[in-house]
Amino acid sequence: MAKHIISARNLVKAFGTGEFAVRALDTVSLDIRPGEFFTLLGPSGCGKTTLLRLFAGFEMPSAGTILLDGEDVTVLPPNRRPINTVFQSYALFPHLTVAENVGFALKMQGKPRAEIEATVARMLALVRLEAMAGRKITQLSGGQQQRVALARALAPHPKVLLLDEPLSALDLKLRKEMQVELKRLQNETGITFIFVTHDQEEALTMSDRIAVMSAGKLQQVGTPKEIYTHPINRFVAAFIGETNFIEAVGETGGARLKTGDLIPVEGVLHGPVTVAIRPEQLRLVPPETEGAIAATVRDLVYFGTGTHCHMALADGTALTARLQSPASGEIGLALGESVGVLPTPGAAQLLRE
Amino acid sequence: MSAAEEAERARTTRNAWALVTPALIVLMAAAIGPLVLVLIYSFLTPGDYGNVVWSFSLEGWQKVVVERDIFDETLHLAQAHLTIFWRSVSLSLVTTLLSFFAGFPTAWFIATRPASQRAFWLFLITLPFWTNLLIRTFAINQIIRNEGLLNTILLKLGIISAPLQMTYTEGALLIGMVYVYLPLMVLPLYAALERFDRRLLEAAYDLYASRWQVLLRVVLPIARPGIVAGSILVFVPCLGAYVTPRILGGGKLMMIGNFIELQFGQGRNWPLGAALSIVLLVIVMAALLIYVRAINGEKRGV
Repeated sequence: MAKHIISARNLVKAFGTGEFAVRALDTVSLDIRPGEFFTLLGPSGCGKTTLLRLFAGFEMPSAGTILLDGEDVTVLPPNRRPINTVFQSYALFPHLTVAENVGFALKMQGKPRAEIEATVARMLALVRLEAMAGRKITQLSGGQQQRVALARALAPHPKVLLLDEPLSALDLKLRKEMQVELKRLQNETGITFIFVTHDQEEALTMSDRIAVMSAGKLQQVGTPKEIYTHPINRFVAAFIGETNFIEAVGETGGARLKTGDLIPVEGVLHGPVTVAIRPEQLRLVPPETEGAIAATVRDLVYFGTGTHCHMALADGTALTARLQSPASGEIGLALGESVGVLPTPGAAQLLRE
Repeated sequence: MSAAEEAERARTTRNAWALVTPALIVLMAAAIGPLVLVLIYSFLTPGDYGNVVWSFSLEGWQKVVVERDIFDETLHLAQAHLTIFWRSVSLSLVTTLLSFFAGFPTAWFIATRPASQRAFWLFLITLPFWTNLLIRTFAINQIIRNEGLLNTILLKLGIISAPLQMTYTEGALLIGMVYVYLPLMVLPLYAALERFDRRLLEAAYDLYASRWQVLLRVVLPIARPGIVAGSILVFVPCLGAYVTPRILGGGKLMMIGNFIELQFGQGRNWPLGAALSIVLLVIVMAALLIYVRAINGEKRGV
């Protein structure tokens, strides 16, 4: 087995021609390791679904190559790639039963009947739908259809499974269940999953690695922790979780805010920079505390597990801290109160932009 | 249910019956009445100059399949009648098949156009209905006759050295009937294919189906109600076709419709004509029954 199960080399996909051409994908290169749960994350229109469709073979790239297990599959049609897709709409065959849907690929491959039946039974057991084998698709709930779609795509044991926002049609509770279910299926089958989503929380909880995309380009590739704690640019920092951005000037030892305060940051970056810091990495302390930045409380928003404290610095810059709820729910702050803000050491990121 | 509700319901039911009665009377008088008359006539004795004599006879029904030898009065199979039946059924089946093979790609083409263009293409399909059937059939005759357009072109191009005899052949009948009934195949096929979720095509390709397998395993089964409806809409009127075989078959190649007309005209055998009409009706009913069962089968499945 090659080191990478799937590799994209300088993939470009343009729609339209001449000056009206739109680059849905702009020179994307990516390596995905065998057995990985890999997520393509980005807002709608960022090119993540286009990239998935190129991997599946539904569309051909305008330039670049795709390697599957070391072999060039760029121009291979979908029915000759050992890659299967779970569609956003599920696209289950309405004229077939659950079992016939799951066995469809094997039947197309001309597998013997006994083998098809055995595999279908195993797949239905895997997604816990044994009792539904004879049902028609229209008799199933959304969550059950989702499981059938998974079983159908896993049945031929593809090298890579592509999932195109498969959970977006489910309600929150079912979605959480299916997230766990997907991880379990991936562990049990050992198949590489490439998962497309615009839901950053989904991406963070499920993935081994995430590729953040925007405007047809790859912004950052890394583990959930890397992406969350060390966003490479402002887009990634803003898209994944909530972030405070503060304009500053980099100097030796940290970033000097317009208010004159210094936020200590490792690594030196001179000139104009943006300080990115997560709301949960800010502590509120008495204003006179050493190293604290003076701020005024502007708004307090309670959300159960915590409270968002919106503040303004002396120069008017907005800043939000996320405070844990004490047992009473009261954090003992009042609007207009003067507070000191202390960033957790090492939590601030400098972005050059 | 309260008394007031019950009274209300009784009143609506009464009103509904009152409103539907005129239509029912027209239907009874115009559809079932003549049908009963035809059934009665089929059991009467033919008059000398057409019409019927009011005495019971099975002669009409007998003549549908057997005929009495003029000399020794023995009964044997009416070969000519059976030929006409066979021609009607086989030509109708072939017409249905040809319409399907020509109509399916057409319907697919229209169904895959952008929504704004579909109305235009459908309009083109229905365009022939704007002209009288008789005139259209004569037009086909003009094209395929020995001195017609097609033969002239083929001769000028040097593809043939003598005109092809196309009129008054079963081929001519087929061309005429496919031309006339093709829209009736295209429209229900379009209705079925327009609803077809084309994402299923990608799903099937993705699951290793070849193009043929996608067509045979996914598209055709899902479009089945449209295929059945179109086939019935073509097959049934083909069986009773009268104008097309009359003009393109030149009275030589009769179908059931022409044969029935003959009995009421020159043949002066109204009971036989009536019996033949009933036979035709039974064949049509059988075809419709198959249709209804096919549709129900689909519903049960879903």
